[in-house]
Amino acid sequence: MQWRHKDLLDVSQLSADEARHVLDTARYFREINSRPVKKVPTLKGRSVVLFFAEPSTRTKTSFDVAGKRLSADTFSLAKSGSSLSKGESLKDTALTLQAMNPDAIVLRHSVSGAAQFMAERLECSVINAGDGRHAHPTQALLDAFTLVGRWGDLKGRTVLILGDVAHSRVARSNVLLLNLLGARVRLCGPRTLLPPGVDTWEAEVFSDLGKAVRGADAVMCLRLQLERMQAGLLPDLREYSRTFGLCERHMAQAAPDALVLHPGPINRGVEIASDLADSGRSVILDQVASGVAVRMALLFLYMTRKSAE
Amino acid sequence: MSTVSLVVRNALWKKKKVDLLVARGRVASLIPSARKTRVESAQELDASGLLLLPSLTDCHTHLREPGFEYKEDIASGLDAAAHGGFGNVLCMANTNPVNDNATVTERMLDRARAAWPHGPRLYPIGALSRGLKAEELAPMAELADAGCVAFSNDGLPVPRAEFFRRAMEYAWDQGKVVIDHCEEPSMARGAGMNEGAVSGRLGIPAQPDVAEAAQVARDILLADYLKIPIHLAHISCRRSVELIAWAKERGVQVTAETCPHYLTLTEERVEGYDSAAKVNPPLRTRDDVEAMLQALRSGVIDILATDHAPHAAHEKEVEFDLAPCGISGLDTALSVTWGLVEKKLLTLDDLVRAWSEAPCRVFGLPVNRFQAGDPADFLLFDPAAQWEVTPETMRSKGKNTPLLGTRLRGRVAAHFLGGKKVV
Repeated sequence: MQWRHKDLLDVSQLSADEARHVLDTARYFREINSRPVKKVPTLKGRSVVLFFAEPSTRTKTSFDVAGKRLSADTFSLAKSGSSLSKGESLKDTALTLQAMNPDAIVLRHSVSGAAQFMAERLECSVINAGDGRHAHPTQALLDAFTLVGRWGDLKGRTVLILGDVAHSRVARSNVLLLNLLGARVRLCGPRTLLPPGVDTWEAEVFSDLGKAVRGADAVMCLRLQLERMQAGLLPDLREYSRTFGLCERHMAQAAPDALVLHPGPINRGVEIASDLADSGRSVILDQVASGVAVRMALLFLYMTRKSAE
Repeated sequence: MSTVSLVVRNALWKKKKVDLLVARGRVASLIPSARKTRVESAQELDASGLLLLPSLTDCHTHLREPGFEYKEDIASGLDAAAHGGFGNVLCMANTNPVNDNATVTERMLDRARAAWPHGPRLYPIGALSRGLKAEELAPMAELADAGCVAFSNDGLPVPRAEFFRRAMEYAWDQGKVVIDHCEEPSMARGAGMNEGAVSGRLGIPAQPDVAEAAQVARDILLADYLKIPIHLAHISCRRSVELIAWAKERGVQVTAETCPHYLTLTEERVEGYDSAAKVNPPLRTRDDVEAMLQALRSGVIDILATDHAPHAAHEKEVEFDLAPCGISGLDTALSVTWGLVEKKLLTLDDLVRAWSEAPCRVFGLPVNRFQAGDPADFLLFDPAAQWEVTPETMRSKGKNTPLLGTRLRGRVAAHFLGGKKVV
C-alpha cells in the first residue's frame, strides 16, 4: 500500500484498510523485536524529533526505541528544556525545528489541536503522540494490535472503555478505531467524567459497571487523574474505586477469557485492582511491547512516504 | 431654503426614491425625488442606486487604547467604524489602565476628537468596579461627568449578586444603565467553545449555554426587584432569549443585544481548532442561531452590536486553549447583517431599529429618523458592491475574523455625520 498521509493526527484520518495495513506492518516489525539483534537499517540517516511538551515516560521511550531499532537518529526535546519554557510560541518552536529539516516530529502536547497546529506549519510528518483530551492515535493502534494479536480479528467483539472518558484522548481515539475495525464499543463512568454529547458517539453508555461489563470481551481501564477530585468531579478515591474500580468480581460477568487493558501508568487499587493487573487476563505489558512495534510501523510508513514521491 | 448645505438626490429610502436636504448639520427635509425640488445648495450628490440609512450606533466595542495599542487604537478603531457605517461608538473599559477614572475617560475622548474631529463619536463605557475587580464600586459620578454613557464589568462577569445589585443602584443614581456580560463564571472557567457534541469530540474545554442563561436570569430578577433597567450584552442562545421574552412580558426594564456572528455562525466553525472562531460567549448551535434571528425580528433582542474585539495576529496564532477570545467586527458587521436582509431572514427595518434607533434610545444618544431637525448622520450604502474580507480591506488593526477570505455584499459608499462627509 502506498502511504498517502503526511501526518497522523487522529485515527479519523484512516480508512479501515489503512488501519489494518499499519497493524500488518507492525506484525512484521514485532518479529524484529524478538531477534537477538533488534536493529534494521530501514531508516538509516533519517531523523526524528521527539517533542514532548507534556511529561511522558512510556510513550516517549517507546518512540525512541522504535526509531533507534529502525536506525533513525532520534532527538529529544522536552518543554522544560526547550524555548517553550522561555516563552517561545509553539509556532516559533515549529519553525525552528522545521529549519533543522527533520523527517518527522513526534509531538505530545497538553492542548487539544496542538498536533494539527504543528502539522499545518511543518513540511515534515507530524505524528500525534497525544494532544490534550483530543486524540492519541498511536495508543489506539497499539491497543488494537494487542487485541488482534490475541483474537485474530476485532469483528463482533465487545470492548468496554471504563473510567474518565471525558478527559481521555485514549478513549476518543479508541472509540473511533475499534468501531472502524468492526468492534462494538461500550463506555462506562460517572456522569461527571463522561464527555458532553457522548450520546452521539458510536458507543453504548453505561453508568453501572456491573451491567457494562456483562459479556464484554475486553475491558480497557483509563487512568484517573487526581485533579478530578479537586475539580469537584468526584468525591474521593475510595468511592471511585468502590464504584468504578475494575476487579476480578466484575470480570466473572464478562466473556470467558476476557482481557484487561490499561494505557498506563496504572493507579493500582484505584481504577484497577492490583491482583487483576497482574493476572493472566491482563495484557498491559503486551500493550507496551505492541507499542514499540506499532510505532516502528508508523515511523516507517510516514518517513518513507516522502522518498516514494 | 438658502441655508441648505447639501442635497442628496435619488437615494432609496423605504423602497422610494428620495432627496435628502441637509442644513446646519441637521436633516432639513426628506422629499420624494419625483417632485424634482429646486434648491440652492452648496453641494449636490447623486445617490442613484444607493440606500439611504441612518448612521449606525455600536454600543459594544473594545478599542484597546490605552494600553493595548498594538491590537487597536482609538484612531484605527474609529477608522474601521467610519468605513463600517458606525457614527456612534461605545467602547468598553477593559483598557490598561482600566477606564475607572475621569483621567482615562478624558484621554479617550481627546484621542477620538483629535483623530476624527467630525466623528465617528466616541462614548466611553465606564468600569463598574475599580480595576474591573468586582470588589469596590468605581467612581461612577465622576465617570459620568467626564462623559461615560453606561457602566459595565464586561469580560469579567460579577460573580457576587449583592455587589452587582449595588452597582446597578449606584449607576442608576447617575441616570446610567449597567451593561452585563452574562456568564456564570464557575461554569465557564477555561472554556474555549460551546459545550456539546462538537466540544466533546474535539476535546476542547467548553461552557454550556446555561452559564449565560443563569446570569441572565439573575439580572432579570434584580432588575424586576429594583425597578432599575439593565442591558444584557451579546446574548447568544435560545435559553437566554426565552428568559428575556418572559421578563419583557412582565414589564421588566431589560434590553438586550446580540452580534452578527451569533446570527450567522455555529459551533462547527471551531472544527480544525480555528482560533479565529474563538469568541466569548462562544458560537452556539443552529437552533440558537434561529432563536436569535427570531428574537431580533420580534424585538425580544433590541440591539445589534459588534463586540468588536481586535487582537494581534500572533496572539491568535497559538494553541487553541491559549488564544484570546474575540472577533474583529466593525469592518464586516453591516455587510454581514445586510446579507441576512438579502436572505430575507431580517428586514431593512430590523437593521435600522437594531443598529440605530434602539441603541440610541437605550443609551440616550441623539438619533436620526430623517425627521426635520434630526442630526444629519447617515449612510449611502451600496447594496450590490462585493468585497473580499482580507487583512488589506479591513481597516481595524485586528484581522481576527473567521470571515477572512470570504466575499461579502454591500458596502458603505459614503458616510455623513452632522452633515459632514467622513467617508
